[in-house]
Amino acid sequence: MKTLRQAQVGQTVRVVKLHGEGALRRRMMDMGITKGTEIYIRKIAPLGDPVEVNIRGYELTLRKEDAGIVEIETEEN
Amino acid sequence: MAIRIALAGNPNCGKTTLFNLLTGTHQYVGNWPGVTVEKKEGKLKKHTDVKVTDLPGIYSLSPYTPEEVVARNYLTEEKPEVILNIVDGSHIERNLYLTTQLLELGIPVVVAVNMMDIVRKSGDKIKTAELSKLLGCPVVEISALKNQGTDKAIEECMKAAEGAKPVPQHTFSGPVEHAIAHIEEAVLHDRPEQQQRWYAIKLFERDEKIIEKLGISEETLKHIEEDIKKAETEMDDDAESIITNARYEYIGTLMKKCYHKKNSKALTVSDKIDKVVTNRILALPIFVIVMFLVYSLVMMPVPMPWGDSLGTIMTDWANDGVFGDEGWYLFGIGQGDYDTAMDEYAEKNIWTNEFKADIDKAVKADALGAEDISGAIEDGSFSDFDEAYGTYSSSLEEYFTENNIEYTFTDIYDEATGEDAQELPEKASYGVFVKSIPALLEPAFENAPSWLHGLVFDGIIGGVGAVLGFVPQMLLLFLFLAFLEGCGYMARIAFVLDRVFRRFGLSGKSFIPMLVGSGCGVPGIMASRTIESQRDRRMTIMTTTFIPCGAKMPIIALLTAALFGGAWWVAPSAYFLGVAAIIISGIMLKKTKMFAGDPAPFVMELPAYHLPTVGSILRSMWERGWSFIKKAGTIILISSVLIWLGNTLGWNDGVFGYYEEFGDDGLSILNAIGNAICWIFAPLGFGEATATVATIMGLVAKEEVVGVFGVLDFKGLAPLAGYSFLAFNLLCAPCFAAIGAIKREMNSAKWTLFAVGYQCIFAYATALMIYQFGLLFTGSVNIIGLIAAILVLGIICFMVFRPTPKSHKLKASTA
Repeated sequence: MKTLRQAQVGQTVRVVKLHGEGALRRRMMDMGITKGTEIYIRKIAPLGDPVEVNIRGYELTLRKEDAGIVEIETEEN
Repeated sequence: MAIRIALAGNPNCGKTTLFNLLTGTHQYVGNWPGVTVEKKEGKLKKHTDVKVTDLPGIYSLSPYTPEEVVARNYLTEEKPEVILNIVDGSHIERNLYLTTQLLELGIPVVVAVNMMDIVRKSGDKIKTAELSKLLGCPVVEISALKNQGTDKAIEECMKAAEGAKPVPQHTFSGPVEHAIAHIEEAVLHDRPEQQQRWYAIKLFERDEKIIEKLGISEETLKHIEEDIKKAETEMDDDAESIITNARYEYIGTLMKKCYHKKNSKALTVSDKIDKVVTNRILALPIFVIVMFLVYSLVMMPVPMPWGDSLGTIMTDWANDGVFGDEGWYLFGIGQGDYDTAMDEYAEKNIWTNEFKADIDKAVKADALGAEDISGAIEDGSFSDFDEAYGTYSSSLEEYFTENNIEYTFTDIYDEATGEDAQELPEKASYGVFVKSIPALLEPAFENAPSWLHGLVFDGIIGGVGAVLGFVPQMLLLFLFLAFLEGCGYMARIAFVLDRVFRRFGLSGKSFIPMLVGSGCGVPGIMASRTIESQRDRRMTIMTTTFIPCGAKMPIIALLTAALFGGAWWVAPSAYFLGVAAIIISGIMLKKTKMFAGDPAPFVMELPAYHLPTVGSILRSMWERGWSFIKKAGTIILISSVLIWLGNTLGWNDGVFGYYEEFGDDGLSILNAIGNAICWIFAPLGFGEATATVATIMGLVAKEEVVGVFGVLDFKGLAPLAGYSFLAFNLLCAPCFAAIGAIKREMNSAKWTLFAVGYQCIFAYATALMIYQFGLLFTGSVNIIGLIAAILVLGIICFMVFRPTPKSHKLKASTA
């Protein structure tokens, strides 16, 4: 399973499914990370975590650890 | 008709700007009961019978954050007549997500698309008329910043309040609607009709808070569960996802019909700024520069090569001028001339050969403070000299009397600065000299009984003034904070520092409160308000005051001079102690039940950079400043008076009463308390009344510790006990002003008590370990004490290194 955690800076990926449960998952959905959404990986923070992504026209930041619950597919496959 | 309008919208959508615009100065700022979420209410400028409530900025109506719970409880229970939903036109897709939820509440909604000027400028188009038709509610275009369209928005609200209840136009897929209909029928038939759909959707999402609130029986719940399961199987997804996906899909169809994005790949100005500011290489240096700028302007407790920080100048002015003994020069004009005159006068009349001879003797004998005094004389600066003299003259006198050496320096000083002195420069003749508050009040109390004089000047002005003196500096700080927040940089600080701070259960934004806390704990605690997560905020509030603040500097300085011969390592070790206390506390606390069960997802919007308006910055600055001034007027006033009473009431020759001074056999209440409880501190090495009283006085203001204890009393302590005393006083409960700030920010008596209690216990444990382990090296081991210290160390190690307890399923916020 490929997750948002493995995505590279500069890539655009598509959300397949959100795993996990509870507050974190709900929060991600509320912020617009839902099935089929395109996410552009903008950059990684200077200390290596968290990441900044562009989604639905705005900038969102999330920790790599949390990004692990977002299953994605890349354009190539 | 009295109408209540609720303002709802995402964070950063311009809600607060609009609220300020609509209500002007008719505002009330408080907290929602029981949570640290700010509540703002106001009355419309033009219709004072219309009440506006500014709900916290939220993205959704989920049960997981206190902000969202507060908002949805208000909307379902208080049922305002109309919701004015502010939608950021430049991020319309995500903003409409909340709109779809608001429309289900059975309350008329008016959508105000804000920042239309920016949208138009970027070439994008939003067809609001079409949007209104599709959403089934009025949609108006506004720009809160430029005050465009707001009258129309209010007009629509008034109309909507009297109109029919809205019917949400969006529906879910067949199986979901089927389940929702079933739920409505099964449990919600006795609820008001217009609220049924909202509750049904929440029950479908298995919202624990709603289930609890409606008091649904196990049996019915099982029945509903069947419906939900069926829908889930059919849709091949879980209930929460089904609903969220459907909302965003619905918004997708709206966007297609009403929104036209000018397809440009060009980076916006905000993107360009961000490329530099959070750049992998530049981000940290830029951050350091920004922090240094703010800090050196506002807080820096020691003068830099180019002079004192602006904040220090302001505090000096407020403390020594407004609340000082005499007063201050208007705009500082005249101060320079006066200083020069005084320097010359001192050269001639105070620093006579006899005077200098005495000081030289003291310097040669290495008497405490003699070096400072003689240094100031060499520099020819009277103000420096006066400060050093005020602190150390008693120490010098003691040295001379002890060694039976004759001295005249005190007589020379008293004569030259006394009332009968000739040629003593008059302050008033060098500029416009404004009298201080005590100096202004003095004539009015000339004939007052001495207790009343004491109460007013020492109790009230002394206590409250000491705290209010920080107000100008705090306002300056809040100004910078408001700017950092308003322009969008604060969110980037969290982005850059999150990795470091989350290990200690803190947030990247905790850095600012701690940095500010090194100047003064009160604004430090208040700066924690920029942290979104309630858990991180509480943790930050609890640990911020561990950093030595400006008022603790005199304690460190005096102890260093008196007990450690000015050793260089004492002051840095105090800061190290503070930082270590924060880290250890963070790790320990985040594993406790109070914090562990309440995880805060760090999924945060990084708002676009923009220049905030002057008005909004000033308002934010004033709101924070004012809430502090109010505190000073209540809690701090009462506590200062109580401490003053403790200091002046007592026994002289066995007779109880009010005394200005206590004789050798006299005893003030405070001293009696000190005597009674000083045994508590015996295991820490300073179990004596003076040290205890000094610690109690530290509650008024930390520098009071020095005032009570005096230079000479420190000499009585062994260095080890002195360091233990220092550690305890640096870490224990902060001053009343800071406790007041904790109370204000925690918005809960229970949490305030927990915070202060924790600080005291932690301070005690630290001082105990320092003293008892220190005794090992001096060879006079106290077995019981050592065992206690080892036990404490063991407990702390356990709490730090134990695995994080498995947090029982991520629970909904307890707010």
